[in-house]
Amino acid sequence: MTETTEKARIGAPSIAGFTEEGESLSPTPVATGPLGGDAAKSHSHGGGYGIPDSSRAGRLTSYRLADFPELKGTEEEWRFTPLRRLGGLHKDALDGAAPAVAVEAPEQVRVETVGREDPRIGSAGVPEDRVSANAWEHFSEATIITVPSGVQLEDRVLVTLTGAGLAAAAQHIVIVAEEGARAVVVLNHNGQAIVAENVEVVVGDRAELTLVSLQEWQDDSVHASSQQVKVGQDAKVKHVAVSLGGSLVRLTPTVRFAQPGGEAELFGLYFADAGQHLEHRTFVDHAQPNCVSNVLYKGALQGKDAHTVWVGDVLIQKQAEGTDSYEKNQNLVLTDGGRADSVPNLEIETGLIKGAGHASATGRFDDEHLFYLMARGIPEDVARRLVVRGFLHEIIQKIGVPSIEEHLTEAVERELEAGDN
Amino acid sequence: MSTLEIKDLHVSIETEQGVKEILKGVTLTVKTGETHAIMGPNGSGKSTLASTIAGHPRYTVTSGSITLDGEDVLAMSVDERARAGLFLAMQYPVEVPGVTMTNFLRTAKTAIDGNAPAIRSWTKEVKEAMAQLRIDADFAQRNVNEGFSGGEKKRVEILQLELFKPKFAILDETDSGLDVDALKVVSEGVNRAHAAGNMGTLLITHYTRILRYIKPEFVHVFVDGKIAEQGGPELADRLEEEGYDRYLAGAGTAVQA
Repeated sequence: MTETTEKARIGAPSIAGFTEEGESLSPTPVATGPLGGDAAKSHSHGGGYGIPDSSRAGRLTSYRLADFPELKGTEEEWRFTPLRRLGGLHKDALDGAAPAVAVEAPEQVRVETVGREDPRIGSAGVPEDRVSANAWEHFSEATIITVPSGVQLEDRVLVTLTGAGLAAAAQHIVIVAEEGARAVVVLNHNGQAIVAENVEVVVGDRAELTLVSLQEWQDDSVHASSQQVKVGQDAKVKHVAVSLGGSLVRLTPTVRFAQPGGEAELFGLYFADAGQHLEHRTFVDHAQPNCVSNVLYKGALQGKDAHTVWVGDVLIQKQAEGTDSYEKNQNLVLTDGGRADSVPNLEIETGLIKGAGHASATGRFDDEHLFYLMARGIPEDVARRLVVRGFLHEIIQKIGVPSIEEHLTEAVERELEAGDN
Repeated sequence: MSTLEIKDLHVSIETEQGVKEILKGVTLTVKTGETHAIMGPNGSGKSTLASTIAGHPRYTVTSGSITLDGEDVLAMSVDERARAGLFLAMQYPVEVPGVTMTNFLRTAKTAIDGNAPAIRSWTKEVKEAMAQLRIDADFAQRNVNEGFSGGEKKRVEILQLELFKPKFAILDETDSGLDVDALKVVSEGVNRAHAAGNMGTLLITHYTRILRYIKPEFVHVFVDGKIAEQGGPELADRLEEEGYDRYLAGAGTAVQA
């Protein structure tokens, strides 16, 4: 049994500009503009103790692949990812055909396919890692989905992305909920693909957007997706990541408050089978005052070499007074041979906040649990399902879209059935 | 009426030092309506008997038999035994992540009865049973045993006993770790289940104090994997006064009553 839970680096100073000895008089590192390769800092990656190599605020962001050094696999943000299984997404030209995009949407929604020069591209974020930058460098066209100002949709927008082969590809999607709009958008990734994807999401002032990203790829697929959400004034976003299929899935949802008063909920559900690597790295950037964020990711693992990773970064910047944030990850290891890594990171630069909490727990479903349930007459397969269903249902029921909830409940059942064989 | 019959039962476990025999020939018959107390010092094999009846995989039956109305219990899986009417109130109930008490109780009841209980009457029954055992109503929404205190876990075991209505209840040191009030509440629960009829009880305990609240007709004293002495309630009274010392002095050679 290899099961680990890594706690936040307790004892590491969490206030920028301070060391364990006290205030540092050298200027605090500040992230420079999106194209500034000079934002790259020298990193050190020791054993994870002592002074963190950098504040999350100081991480390099750039539209240009060349600004990112080649990956060694020891970098903080890549240390859990098996690079040799990335299908070249971090180093090769991504000139394969991107998964086909089909959008099913109510008529008020504008759906456009545009070229790289469209000014709306780049409106929500700048690539935060090398794979994302590689995708940016190589995508040929983007799909832009706009829910116009004030439009409140009854039906969900369903975006189906279907991969048709294993040539490494780049994908770009932009989702805009304009001021006061309300919508649910579902990205359903399926088929067979090796794809690096950038999803830009702009949630306008007072808009409410739910974005569900489903990863139900075929077994040999590789998917790295940077999903950056920019949240406007008093706007609400609910981001739900559900990763079930694919050889390697690495999702990095980032929520950045661009105006005060925003609310963000980030939910995640993953179910790793033998050999699967499912990685989720959430980042909530409290760059504005009086914003609320809540992160909850839950995962189940079964089978040999099932590997899940959750890294949750929350940065509460100096100006973000009145912040209320919480993040939690829970994993359930169903069989021997799996590994769940879980790392909550909380950086707080102001004391004037309402709350900031984090939690991580990894437990296993073992023979004693099974014995207990079976001793109450419950057959083994039912007992197993009972536990997993109950555990994951908490996330499914947060989605709030009955058709998707039903679909996911069935998908989880299928995962469980696969585990019985 | 049902009969649980244990004949010349030998049970061993695997330890790091090799196979160790724990039960060395236990013979015992329990009929519905009867309450048997099994008493004995620590390590005498009382709990092994309980776990073996329930089918815990750690215990290997090397010879002997357990039958329920003539049916071979040892051939049944753990869940089949429960559905056949055997219930083990565990000494250390485990916490089951991800499953609420409500969901668990309904699923188990459905499995035991072979069909789902009618929602309205079931909910009412659960609520009333919880109230009688002074279990807070909030527990219904909490995960099975998660964060429950030792006493709360024992009450929840008895809750299940009352709801599942087994033919035979095996209470494995249900009294250990309970304060007097909890002991009373739990004992009342067992007595209610008993009074409801058609249940035989095997009460495993180290101490005599639970016997003030639950009255056995038969008392068996376990020493070193065997029944060293058996008798009526008066035997418990004698143990109260004398303890187990006289058995331990000549373990294995004690005279059968």
